[in-house]
Amino acid sequence: MTVITPDLEHSQPKVSDSAVPELLQETFALTRRLFIQLVRRPSTLVAGVLQPLIWLILFGALFAKAPAGLLPGEMAYGRFLAAGVIVFTAFSGALNAGLPVMFDREFGFLDRLLVAPLRSRFSIVLASVLHITSLSLVQSLAIMGAAAALGYGWPGGAGLLLVLLTLLLLVFAVTGLSLGLAFALPGHIELIAVIFVVNLPLLFASTALAPLDFMPTWLAWLASINPLTFAIEPIRNAYAGNLGLSQVVLQAPYGNVTLGAALLALAVLAMALFLIIRPLLDRKLS
Amino acid sequence: MRSWDLCWRQPAAARCWAEQLPRLWTVFDLPGAGVIELAGITKHHGPVRALGGVDLVVQPGSLYGLLGPNGAGKTTLLRILCTLLAPDAGQVHINGIDALNDPRAARGCLGYVAQEVAIDKILSGRELLTLQGDLHHLPRQRLEARIGSLTELLGMGDWLDRRCGSYSGGMRRRLDLATALLHHPPLLILDEPTAGLDLDSRAIVWEVLRRLRGEGTTILLSSHYLEEVDALADRLAILDNGEVIAEGSPAALKERLGGDRLTLRLREFSEAHEAERAASLLRDISGVKQVVLNRAQGNSLNLVISDAAVVSAVRERLTDLSLPVFSLTQSRPSLDDVYLQATGRTLTDAELAVASRRDLSAERKAAMR
Repeated sequence: MTVITPDLEHSQPKVSDSAVPELLQETFALTRRLFIQLVRRPSTLVAGVLQPLIWLILFGALFAKAPAGLLPGEMAYGRFLAAGVIVFTAFSGALNAGLPVMFDREFGFLDRLLVAPLRSRFSIVLASVLHITSLSLVQSLAIMGAAAALGYGWPGGAGLLLVLLTLLLLVFAVTGLSLGLAFALPGHIELIAVIFVVNLPLLFASTALAPLDFMPTWLAWLASINPLTFAIEPIRNAYAGNLGLSQVVLQAPYGNVTLGAALLALAVLAMALFLIIRPLLDRKLS
Repeated sequence: MRSWDLCWRQPAAARCWAEQLPRLWTVFDLPGAGVIELAGITKHHGPVRALGGVDLVVQPGSLYGLLGPNGAGKTTLLRILCTLLAPDAGQVHINGIDALNDPRAARGCLGYVAQEVAIDKILSGRELLTLQGDLHHLPRQRLEARIGSLTELLGMGDWLDRRCGSYSGGMRRRLDLATALLHHPPLLILDEPTAGLDLDSRAIVWEVLRRLRGEGTTILLSSHYLEEVDALADRLAILDNGEVIAEGSPAALKERLGGDRLTLRLREFSEAHEAERAASLLRDISGVKQVVLNRAQGNSLNLVISDAAVVSAVRERLTDLSLPVFSLTQSRPSLDDVYLQATGRTLTDAELAVASRRDLSAERKAAMR
C-alpha cells in the first residue's frame, strides 16, 4: 500500500502574516485581566495614593518652619517636597510591578499562559508594563492634584508634559527592575523584602526631602547618582516653569547636570535594565 | 446535552487535525507513528532523577493512561510534553512536530489540564475562558459560541458569570477542562484529572473524556487511581521511579499475569508465624503458583492460583490443618496485581516509599518558571 506520508517539514504551521493582530489580541487580553484585577481589588491603587499623600501632608507640616536659606530661592518646603513625593509615588507603584507576575509564577497561572501558543511571550511583559505604567501615572496625577489643592502649585501645559515624560522614563526603568526581580527571586516573600529594603532608602538618598547642599558630601554623592534625583529635579524645574533642555537642574559634586542629561540618563537606565533582564526573561519564558 | 460543535475548528488546531488525517493511515504501515512520541526522555530535579529514559508512543484517537504512585515522575513527564519543561535529554514529538524545536506549533495542538488548578479567583469563568481564547487567537464570535457549548456540556451554565473564587473543586476542574478544550486540540493532556473530585464532577469528567475519544481526540491522562485507568484507558504505561515498567492494554497486562487471585485472611489480624506456616503449607498445593504474605494488611495471604477449582483444594487443606478462616476472597487479577508483579510492592506501599525520597523544594523550584 502506498502511503502519502505528509511532508512534515512543510506542513508545519507557517508564520502567517497575521502576527501583528495576534500579538495585539494576546497583549490586550493579558492587559485587560490586570485591569479587571485592579478595578475589583482597588486597594493597591488606593494605598499607592494614600501613602504619598500622608507623606506630603505630614512631611510638609513637619518642615513648614524650615530655616530660611535651606531651600533655593526662599521656596516654601511643601512646594519643594511635592516634586519628591510625586516621583516617590510613581517609583513605589512601579516597584510593585513584579508582584502580580510573582504570584502568577507561584500559583501556576503563568503555566496556563505559557502552554498557550502565544505569538510572543514578550506580550506577558508588555501587559505588565502597560498595566503598571497607567497605574503609576494615575496615582501620580492624583498626588499632583492633591499637591495643587494644598497650594503647592501646578505645572503649566508644557510643564505637565515634561512631568509625565519624566515619570514615564522612571516607571519604565523601575518596572524593568521589578520584573527582573520577580523572575530572579524564589518567591513573593523575598520580592516584598527587597521592595521594602529598596523603597525608603532610595527616597532618603535623593533630593526629594532636602536639597543637595544640605547633605554631607557622601550623601550628596549618593543623591547625585540616584535615579530618583534625575526624575525629581526635572519635575521641580517643570513646576518652576524652567523647561529648557540645557537648563542646569542639579549641581552635583561631579559637575552640573542639565535637564536634557537627566532625562537621557533615565532613558539609558530604562533601556539598560530591560537589556539586562532580557536573557533572564528569555530563559524563564522560553 | 446537544452534540457539540465539532464542525468548526480554530486555525492552529485545524492544522494539527489536518495533519493527523494522513497520519492515521501511516499507523497501519508504521506502528511507531503516534500523536505523542517520546524517546529517551531523562530529567533531573537537582540531584534527584525524576525520569530515567522514558519512551512512549500514543496512537491517534486513543485514551492512554499513565499510572504510577505519587512521585513516579508522571507530572514531570506531562510538563515536558506540554513544553513547560525541557528534558535533560531525549526527543519529544507531538503530531509529528518536534516540540523541543518548535514549541509554539506543538502548543497549538494540545490542551493541558494541570494537576493543581491555577485560576484567577477574581475573574469570572467567562472572563477566564475569554482570556484563554484570546491567547489562542480565536475569533471572538467563534469563541463565544464555543464557550456556550462547552459550558453546557460541562454543566456549568449557572456558574459561568460568577467569580472563580466561589467555585468548588469540581467546578474549578470543569472550568479548567473547558479552557483546555477551547481551541479544539487534537491532543488533550490531563494530570490526575479526578484527584479529590466529588462523584458528580468525576462522572462528568469521565463522560466528557469518553465522548472526546469517540470524536477522535487523543487523550493522555495520568492517575494514581487504578480503577480510573482500568475503566477509561485503551492502553497504559506504569511509571515507577522515573521508568516505564509495564506497557500495554489493561486487559493484556492482566491477561499476561494469568490466573485468579485469592486473598486469605486467617484471622482479622493474623499473627506472623501462623500466617507464615500457612503460607508454606499452601505452597505445596498443585495449582497454587504463588503465595505472598501481605504484612500491610494484617498478615493476609495473597495467592495466585491457576484456575477456580484450586479454591476448594485450598479450603480443604485449611480444614485439614484446622486453621481458622476469617475471609477467603477470589478475584480476577487487577491492575494493582500488575503493579505488584512489576514492582514487587503495592501501589500504596510505593507511594509511602516515594514520599520519603522526594525533594519537594527542588520539585517546586523546577516547576516554577
